Amino acid sequence: MLLSTRGLSKQFAGLRAVEGVDFDLPKGEIHALIGPNGAGKTTLVGMISGRIAPTAGRVLFDGQDITRLPAHRRMRLGMAYTFQITSVFARLSVAENVALAARRRAHGGQVNAVIDEVLERVGLPDRKDQEAGDLAYGHQRLLEIAMGIAQRPRLLILDEPTQGLAEGEIEGFKILIRDLAQEATILLIEHNMHVVMELAGRITVMNFGAVLAEGTPEQIRASREVQAAYLGGTSDAAAG
Amino acid sequence: MRVYGLHAGLIALLLALHFVLPAYHHGNLARVMVLASYAMGYNLLFGYTGLLSLGHALFFAAGMYGMGLGVQHLGLSPAPALLAGLGAGAVVSAGLAALALRTGGVAFMIVTLMFAQAGYLTVLYFGAYTRGDEGFVIQQAQRMLWGIDLSDPGNRYLAALILFGCCLMLSLWLVRAPFGRVLVAIRENEERVRMLGYDVFAHKFAAMVISGTMAGAAGAAYGLLFGYAGATFASVQYSIFPLLWVLLGGAGTVLGPFIGTLFMFYLIDLSSGITTAYMLIAGVALVLLTLFAPQGLMGEVRRRLWRGLP
Ligand SMILES: Nc1ncnc2c1ncn2[C@@H]1O[C@H](COP(=O)(O)OP(=O)(O)OP(=O)(O)O)[C@@H](O)[C@H]1O
Ligand SMILES: [Mg+2]
Repeated sequence: MLLSTRGLSKQFAGLRAVEGVDFDLPKGEIHALIGPNGAGKTTLVGMISGRIAPTAGRVLFDGQDITRLPAHRRMRLGMAYTFQITSVFARLSVAENVALAARRRAHGGQVNAVIDEVLERVGLPDRKDQEAGDLAYGHQRLLEIAMGIAQRPRLLILDEPTQGLAEGEIEGFKILIRDLAQEATILLIEHNMHVVMELAGRITVMNFGAVLAEGTPEQIRASREVQAAYLGGTSDAAAG
Repeated sequence: MRVYGLHAGLIALLLALHFVLPAYHHGNLARVMVLASYAMGYNLLFGYTGLLSLGHALFFAAGMYGMGLGVQHLGLSPAPALLAGLGAGAVVSAGLAALALRTGGVAFMIVTLMFAQAGYLTVLYFGAYTRGDEGFVIQQAQRMLWGIDLSDPGNRYLAALILFGCCLMLSLWLVRAPFGRVLVAIRENEERVRMLGYDVFAHKFAAMVISGTMAGAAGAAYGLLFGYAGATFASVQYSIFPLLWVLLGGAGTVLGPFIGTLFMFYLIDLSSGITTAYMLIAGVALVLLTLFAPQGLMGEVRRRLWRGLP
């Protein structure tokens, strides 16, 4: 297992956002995390990445208990995290955004090579000198992904990366993720069901802070529980 | 290359001015260069890292008294005394960083302000050694550095220029190095920097120590070159000055602190020649500048003329 959680829980002032989640993620998998709004997905990956301190439970990464490690140390172990709410350095250039992500591993001339490579991969090759804040929203999402890739992570956590992408860009995104899965394990929070069903090897469904079901795309599609709680329930999920 | 040319060019210009300036302006410029070194230290923390300190007088005074008390009471010669001042700036800023960086935003401003005020009161409390507000003079005989008389205006100017040049080039190198880029990123979006795997606290801590050490070096040099150490330099005024200079000249630009210090120095100098209400004129000029060049003079140059200006 690359990543495991045991009894992971978070309460916000009485609200149980995440409740006793046991979760296992083997190396090399594309794993989707789905569930209705407010199900606790962002909170769960927040605890995995170290942004949010859990109220109970443990996180294990590559066999090591990292529950007490600060976020930056976890990233150094080989995680990368992209934010649900776009969080780029708006007043810095696109190239500098990626450079900051790359410089933790690459040095000197290597950095420029990484910048060119990842911007090419996400489809923003001619935006290098633009200020990140001037990019269209969808392109800022792609820049976030580029920053994730530039870190050469073993585990890449993507929180709703396709939000704001155009139809054509979503196609590009699917190809990119399949390609990335050769190098990294991917944990993907996603509302777009077409993307989930096409990409994910396994899917975990959350509802009310707990894991409702886990399985292959076929099993999840067939599960009545999931149908009731989620797939038929919310319009944005069905629409995709 | 162009960037290094510009900054080295300023140093060369200041060197050339040494030979042509009339005595009055020559003396002023020596003072401005030392104060600008203080402002450059401040700018590293405020302009580049985005931490607004209201207590940098503590570091300036630590440098000044580290040097001055060493000369006065331990009989140190200038070279070790300067080092003592530098060390005092480093130690005091590391201590305050360890405490104040646990907070952020307004709390950081208040904590730095409080500790600087405590530093000021400490200077007054130990009046037996520091002579408090009155201060003490460092005699000409105590200002001989390797046989060079630092009380001589020419030597003083060149010493100030050396300090200024070192601080300028160090700043320039630092903000273009990966370390400096991370500081700017912290200023822009701290949470994102943390999630890229950088130790934000360690970077802020290092920035504050470098900033405080530079301020300490400037304080030590100021005391030594102008032959005086007094409690005024530990007062809140001297925490506000570098903020004003940096805002005027352009926060987060390498040349801004010098431009801002020079501008303010002559603004007060000229207006005090015209009227006794010179602070009013200075105030009006400041308001105009914040209205028409909110990013400071060099910030405006960067925005309009040269986007890549560091
Ligand atoms: N910082 C916080 N303080 C208080 N409550 C919070 C906080 N963050 C999240 N919550 C609450 O915790 C619950 C889970 O939120 P979370 O953001 O994890 O859901 P999500 O599954 O990511 O939803 P979405 O699909 O809308 O992104 C929600 O009820 C939310 O309002
Ligand atoms: Mg979410």
